[in-house]
Amino acid sequence: MHHLIPPGTRDILPDEMRELRRLSSALLGTFDRFGYGEVWTPTMEYEDVLVQGDERAAGASYRLFDENGQVLALRSDMTIPIARVVANRYADAEPPLRLCYLSHAYRAVRPQRGQQREFLQAGVELIGSDAPEGTGEVLEVLCAALDAAGLPRARVGLGDAGLFRNLLEDIGVEPEARARVLAALERHDFVALEGEVGSLGIGDRMGDALVRLAQLRGGSDVIEQAAELGGEDVARAASRLRDTATEIERRGIADRVIFDLGLVRDLGYYSGAIFEVYDPAVGHVIGGGGRYDDLLERFGRALPACGFALYVERVHVAQAEEERRAGESQAGSAGSAAGDAATKGAP
Amino acid sequence: MSEPLRLAVPRGALFAETLDLLDAIGVDTAPLRSDSRSLLFEGSELTLVTMRPSDVPTYVEAGAVDLGITGKDVLMEQEERVVYELLDLGYGYCRMVVATRSGNDADELERRLGAIRIASKYPRVASRYFEQSGRQAEVIEVKGSVELAPLTGLAEGIVDLTASGRTLRENSLEIREVIADCTARLVANRVAHKLRQSEIDELVERIDAR
Repeated sequence: MHHLIPPGTRDILPDEMRELRRLSSALLGTFDRFGYGEVWTPTMEYEDVLVQGDERAAGASYRLFDENGQVLALRSDMTIPIARVVANRYADAEPPLRLCYLSHAYRAVRPQRGQQREFLQAGVELIGSDAPEGTGEVLEVLCAALDAAGLPRARVGLGDAGLFRNLLEDIGVEPEARARVLAALERHDFVALEGEVGSLGIGDRMGDALVRLAQLRGGSDVIEQAAELGGEDVARAASRLRDTATEIERRGIADRVIFDLGLVRDLGYYSGAIFEVYDPAVGHVIGGGGRYDDLLERFGRALPACGFALYVERVHVAQAEEERRAGESQAGSAGSAAGDAATKGAP
Repeated sequence: MSEPLRLAVPRGALFAETLDLLDAIGVDTAPLRSDSRSLLFEGSELTLVTMRPSDVPTYVEAGAVDLGITGKDVLMEQEERVVYELLDLGYGYCRMVVATRSGNDADELERRLGAIRIASKYPRVASRYFEQSGRQAEVIEVKGSVELAPLTGLAEGIVDLTASGRTLRENSLEIREVIADCTARLVANRVAHKLRQSEIDELVERIDAR
């Protein structure tokens, strides 16, 4: 007899569990080394509390009724629960606060896409430390975590949540048209983006520049290309990015970071720096995060904040691939060494 | 340092023009033209992987290939897949249309029945189109010749892709509405788009300049 479990969930058996445990310990060990204390929060919370953080965050998750008819929701990430914890439990604590977690979160899935309804996240939240120092610290912890996981090829894409929106405002694009342009950008549809931008009536040069900007990614020099395009708001976004660039340079992690001016993330609470984590072994992002300087205020304690989450199961897939490659190149060099010895041994 | 980029090449209607495009940017397509059984062709600069157009978004999204070429119709039907749409390649022009039997008053039918039955190989495009235009349709998914549906009474109308409209006319069907213009598109995997930025940008530029 076969008993079903919901699609997007799974059982983890000892062989895999041992590896996941080892990986999780390495990640938590890194967080601990940087002074981040681990917290647990309830898997389910009152829906109206989660919605306070982000309207879309609760919408994506699962809801149920408790015995009193109250609506509960399974958390879709840890950022909002931790914002609540800070407001409730650290109301008078002197910032900055450094918290980390290893927790399951829950999101709706589309069938047959290999998406997980229940997934394990490891991440940190740095509360009360402003950009750019705070952003730099979080990125440094993230890079250290990627090292601890054994992913030397992993990279962090870094963008600015407000940049494109600011630019459209600066050049006077009406809200409705702005929404259409941003929607194309969110779908990563540059063909549609070009069409929408073409219909804005902002001239060919500005239009081309906008489309190019959305695809600008690389070293910190791309920031200047953006700054040339806009007015005051873009100048502010560019200067935020420049400060972050200086900060990551100082921390020696610049070679792991790709500046990406077209980067968009779908959660509404981000402000300023946003990031995504990529590894060549996995076709999907293996983590993400950013600044959310306005989120804590919604829970009554106005503090700037920044954080990231790694998807532990995807990091594990990347780790397995790195180990396979390392094993292959080792076997390769051992083989050629043996070959050399044989040649040398020959008369 | 790294392996060549992998590009998904669609077999079927877009195949010939895709090979012409690759020739135009200096990629050797002779092996694909001569060998019909192999699926994967390794080259020095690009590894070409041939597949059904409707599988291209699946492979690209998962990162099994870095880039792919497929029709806008396929991307519309698989809208939820996260892929970067980089270029309109211009060829393979078709229209996604609503068609019903010639002479048949579709509006009258829709008014009397409240909903019409639409057969399509693009059930999601069809449902979305009717929903967005504030109408009700019962969408029936078929895999083969969709023109058969109105002829046999399976459905009143169809949503399908047409280039010249000839197949429609030959089956006594008439175009009632145009949903979208479709051409071949170049798409990229999200991670490859970031990690192999210079190679992908360079390829896009070459295609754009052809």
